[in-house]
Amino acid sequence: MEAVLDVRSVSMNFGGLRALSDVSVTVREGEIVAIIGPNGAGKTTFFNCVTSIYTPSEGEVYFTPRGGTPVRLNGMKPNAVTALGMARTFQNIRLFRNMSVLENVMVARHCRTRAGIFGAIFRPRWVRQEEAEIVRRSYALLRALGLHPWYNELAANLPYGQQRRLEIARALATEPRLLLLDEPAAGMNPQETAALKDLVVRIRDQFGLAILLIEHDMSMVMSLSERIYVMEYGCLIAEGTPQEVRRDPRVIKAYLGEVDHA
Amino acid sequence: MLLTFPLVGVRFNPVENIIQWRWRNLALVGIGAFVLSALWRWALARREMVMVSAAGQSSFRQRSIWDNRTLRWSVGGGVVAGLVVVPWLVSTYQTNIFISFLLYVILGVGLNIVVGVAGLLFLGYAAFYAIGAYAYALLNHYLGWGFWAVLPLGGALAAVAGVLLAFPVLRLRGDYLAIVTLGFGEIVRLVLENWSSFTGGPSGISNIDRPGLFGQELSVAGTNIYIYYIVLAMTLLTLVVAERLKDSRVGRALQALREDEVACQAMGIDRVGVKLMAFGLGTAWAGFAGVIFAAKTTFINPASFTFFESAIILSIVVLGGMGSNWGVILGAAFLVLLPEYLRAFSEYRMILFAVAMVLMMVFRPQGMIPARSRQYPVEDAEREEGGR
Ligand SMILES: Nc1ncnc2c1ncn2[C@@H]1O[C@H](COP(=O)(O)OP(=O)(O)OP(=O)(O)O)[C@@H](O)[C@H]1O
Ligand SMILES: [Mg+2]
Repeated sequence: MEAVLDVRSVSMNFGGLRALSDVSVTVREGEIVAIIGPNGAGKTTFFNCVTSIYTPSEGEVYFTPRGGTPVRLNGMKPNAVTALGMARTFQNIRLFRNMSVLENVMVARHCRTRAGIFGAIFRPRWVRQEEAEIVRRSYALLRALGLHPWYNELAANLPYGQQRRLEIARALATEPRLLLLDEPAAGMNPQETAALKDLVVRIRDQFGLAILLIEHDMSMVMSLSERIYVMEYGCLIAEGTPQEVRRDPRVIKAYLGEVDHA
Repeated sequence: MLLTFPLVGVRFNPVENIIQWRWRNLALVGIGAFVLSALWRWALARREMVMVSAAGQSSFRQRSIWDNRTLRWSVGGGVVAGLVVVPWLVSTYQTNIFISFLLYVILGVGLNIVVGVAGLLFLGYAAFYAIGAYAYALLNHYLGWGFWAVLPLGGALAAVAGVLLAFPVLRLRGDYLAIVTLGFGEIVRLVLENWSSFTGGPSGISNIDRPGLFGQELSVAGTNIYIYYIVLAMTLLTLVVAERLKDSRVGRALQALREDEVACQAMGIDRVGVKLMAFGLGTAWAGFAGVIFAAKTTFINPASFTFFESAIILSIVVLGGMGSNWGVILGAAFLVLLPEYLRAFSEYRMILFAVAMVLMMVFRPQGMIPARSRQYPVEDAEREEGGR
């Protein structure tokens, strides 16, 4: 199957600190892939390199948009990467806190719509239609994620678990082909985590996404992902199906010891 | 109280070389301080209570009566109707005060786009006011251009200047941005002051033409009323445009930039483009206001565009409510109209002003009329979805 994301030997140095060294990851169409590793392993840094928030010191990142050929992402602006069809959520929630829940999702329609300054001022017919369409689609997304009762609330007032969901809704509004989730279950209770697991599978099927996720919750990672990459100190130490990774002695030593019997 | 003692309690009489003790004053200060601190405590406690009760209740946002559209529009319509008849009811002097009030509304709304909506702290706004004013003064003085020709040009020039200033400060935020923009404001003023051969230096430019009304000659009072209507129309235009911008794709991008730059980019918004837009959209209004100001006073000099001017405009925005255009109107009324009608207190103006600001920061940091996110009507969408 076609590779949606192809990361080739990426390294990232912060001054003297080598946060990533020689990391290669591929994600194919419709796959759910997980990245795991202890704290400070460089997982979030990897996401930032992939989404062009950082430019990798070495190596290359290729992304294949829907119906297109692979595009090299190094040095691109993050918003251009989003426009190509890659969306993400953040480990430390980064919602637009003083905007309403609906507006948070509406903002994310930015790169799929085109009304400019003059459109905003004169509001011709096509702008009004576009605006109505933004509201309709955004609300439909909130509904799909069960957030619609709060649509007029400020995002900051949402309960924690719902804020994580709103981040997902917002990312989906950019019409991604690949969705990157950075610890989506962090801080959630077991019920919320279970619901999130179903949600991830559902949005993958419904929107035809490939999903790359970072997660510490092992039960979630093991049951969701088709493949797992394990990182430690900025290096990949293992890669494979959940069964393979679970049995890998290096992984057990580094990280998964207690999960072996989970 | 001890601190104020030497200031208030002791008066040195230089003529007779004696020291007068003013115990009565001291007692007054003591009582005053006590009452104030009690009030302060009470207000703080009340604020805590409100917070606790708000946290205890459901997270649903309180509905305010301002959610009622009809009410809002009838109040707005009433105010506009009132403003339309004002110049026929009051003296020329009063009309002038209203003109400057409306000019400050325009300036406040413009600055609000940069500071309130896009969240970029901007301190040199008067520079763009000056650019508009000098654009008209110079073009009129040297080339004889008329008011109506320069009005759009002044706005455009200010917008271009805003975008040019935005380029070097793209990476700056918060305090650093404030300092650079402050510096820019001073540079513009100093250039105007020192380029005497061209701008007239500190003595400025006089005999600027008033706006023409189809070639008719108007009396002084007549011109004043005419200018009043121009400002009023401009204010309404500014308000409509600013409100429309705020609730548009561009406006949402500006707000997202204010809320979180990284997330804003990750959601597909071009950070650079949006910042340039914020500056240009915000400074254009200062240009318009500047042209009108020059036409109104027929005389301008750099002293009208000092840092103090920028500070007043910023205060209007902060006091009224960042991001809220209704707040700007109220803030301008508070800072421009009130001092005029409370001449009696003019000595204490700055003190009252400072006290108001401090109280505001403590008890209502979001301003008199806080900005509220737009409430979108999606009921029909809900029904439609539910029906499927
Ligand atoms: N901008 C930066 N500048 C300097 N060092 C950084 C920067 N970002 C990350 N690092 C360092 O890189 C290393 C990897 O951090 P990263 O956030 O990627 O870890 P992580 O795997 O996401 O950990 P966690 O599970 O805690 O989220 C850490 O040592 C961190 O201090
Ligand atoms: Mg992380």
